[in-house]
Amino acid sequence: MSIEIRDVARRFGSTAALEGVSLTVARGEFVALLGPSGSGKTTLLRILAGLEGTDSGTVRVDGEDMTGVPARERRIGVVFQQYALFRHMTVFENVAFGLRVRKRRPPEAEIARRVRELLALVQIPELERRYPDQVSGGQRQRVALARALAIEPRLLLLDEPFGALDALVRKDVRRWVRGLHDRLGISTILVTHDQEEAMEMADRVAVMERGRIVQCDTAEVLLRDPATPFVAGFLGEASRLDCQVRGGVAHFDPLPLPPLRVALPDGEAQAFLRPEDIAVLAGTGQGILRAVRNVTDDRARVIVDLEGILLDGTAASGRAPQRNVPCRVALRGGIVFASNGQRARGEPLARIMAG
Amino acid sequence: MSAPVRPAHADAPWASALLAGAALLVAIVMLALPLAAVFAEALRRGLPVAIDAIMEEDALAAIRLTLIIAAITVPMNLMGGVAAAWAVAKCEFPGKRLLVTLIELPFSVSPVIAGLIFVLIFGAKGWLGPWLQAHDIQVIFAVPGLVLATVFVTFPFVARTVIPLMQEQGRDEEEAAATLGASGPQTFWRVTLPNVKWALLSGVLLCNARAMGEFGAVSVVSGHIRGETNTMPLHVEILYNEYQFAGAFAVAALLALLGLVTLAAKTLLEHAAGRGAGGAA
Repeated sequence: MSIEIRDVARRFGSTAALEGVSLTVARGEFVALLGPSGSGKTTLLRILAGLEGTDSGTVRVDGEDMTGVPARERRIGVVFQQYALFRHMTVFENVAFGLRVRKRRPPEAEIARRVRELLALVQIPELERRYPDQVSGGQRQRVALARALAIEPRLLLLDEPFGALDALVRKDVRRWVRGLHDRLGISTILVTHDQEEAMEMADRVAVMERGRIVQCDTAEVLLRDPATPFVAGFLGEASRLDCQVRGGVAHFDPLPLPPLRVALPDGEAQAFLRPEDIAVLAGTGQGILRAVRNVTDDRARVIVDLEGILLDGTAASGRAPQRNVPCRVALRGGIVFASNGQRARGEPLARIMAG
Repeated sequence: MSAPVRPAHADAPWASALLAGAALLVAIVMLALPLAAVFAEALRRGLPVAIDAIMEEDALAAIRLTLIIAAITVPMNLMGGVAAAWAVAKCEFPGKRLLVTLIELPFSVSPVIAGLIFVLIFGAKGWLGPWLQAHDIQVIFAVPGLVLATVFVTFPFVARTVIPLMQEQGRDEEEAAATLGASGPQTFWRVTLPNVKWALLSGVLLCNARAMGEFGAVSVVSGHIRGETNTMPLHVEILYNEYQFAGAFAVAALLALLGLVTLAAKTLLEHAAGRGAGGAA
């Protein structure tokens, strides 16, 4: 089902939780709301679920205006952060709940069939008689998912669903949930503060900052063309450096870094340099290699110390400079934001010598 | 060879023994002994005498009245307590702190004063007195007054046992129920109430014990009409003041027994709840 959020605003007292948020989710799409805590992503999710009201703006599900529709009539499934399983009910009863409270309650045999089907879908058929506190965190999450799916939701909302799982399980579970989404085709919105999780799972990532969606794009576009300095700093790894633009060239002085050619007006600016942009080369220079983070066939990720500032860079594998020995630092490019918000890609003035 | 090492946070053996011994001594002298004395005194002239004293007409009337009052008070405070706990734990509204303070009021106000307040409102010379008399409604010196006074004194028990648990559980499960299509009443009966059932029962039993044993407030509004407005605690006092010790202690022993049964039921419940904690609790 398609979801259309238009200009939704919400204040709590004097603080604005959401300031005019718009977002469209296509049928069967998987969208992540990514942002630091306090950016409004959970508020937006609660508004979608009908657990929170809006001050202005509309939410439409399949064209139907949801304003004033209570949570219980929305058929929007939610997997809560701490799962919120009914602690006094068995796993079976938890999943059956949504069927039992229906106005036209299905016969008992039908309920049992549906519940078993869902437990099989989330691969925990053997747990139906257990209580929530008798199963592991990962299993609890599967129960919560099965319970949310039992109402045949038009939209599935996942609120930081992997936060309570340990790191080892998390990766598997992410892929499994995404696989389940692809199989069932239910439009899904994931709320998370983990950029890796968002980029791995979602078709598109909506980056939120202080109650606004600052950019909503595929992970690739977000990394390549971040719309604001916030997005550039929040997604992917980047070193943030101040620079001055003079005559179409960004200078990093007093740091001994080569300048970048940028199509920006003169003035103060901010550069975001990905590790790939920072080339660490053997030879005489003012950098000092401090650590090697990991090595692949052709590249080594290194940390280089440039006059007391640590930068994440790359060096050619096997030809990386010695540790704690002076080396040369060159730039392959970078993203530069002028103080007026204008953005440009920086290009090196001279080609870097391979080596 | 090394001596067993005591963890740094543990008390010296003699210290914990001393503390435990002191606590036990206080419990025996202040709690168990008086209770035992009541039973010993009641049975001093044999069980038949005690039973006769209880089967006496006024005593039976007092027992009946006490049970009636408890039977009206406890359900009222059950409903009122759950409603108050729900409001405090699950809702946000202005004046919430005031409500919490009000719930505790009966604990901090002397029961005698509570009784006096009711006399002031419903008594013959009270605010509503003339109106009540004109409509031939008797509140003070009658069962309604006794019930009102008892309701007031025992109101906090249910609310106070349920509020902390409801607060700890938060609103998450109710919200989950709403997204799954449950209506308000469905959520209450299927989610909220089952989650607090053990605390609720425990609060009800405490409320019941106190309702049967209440003396001060009831004494003020009762009027001490034998066979009509005397509850068990009042009856015990009257018999005692009239030097009918056998009767006084027999009724007192029965009252104490009712309290003990309630306490035993509560302990059993908590045990059952504790055992079920891995599952149903």
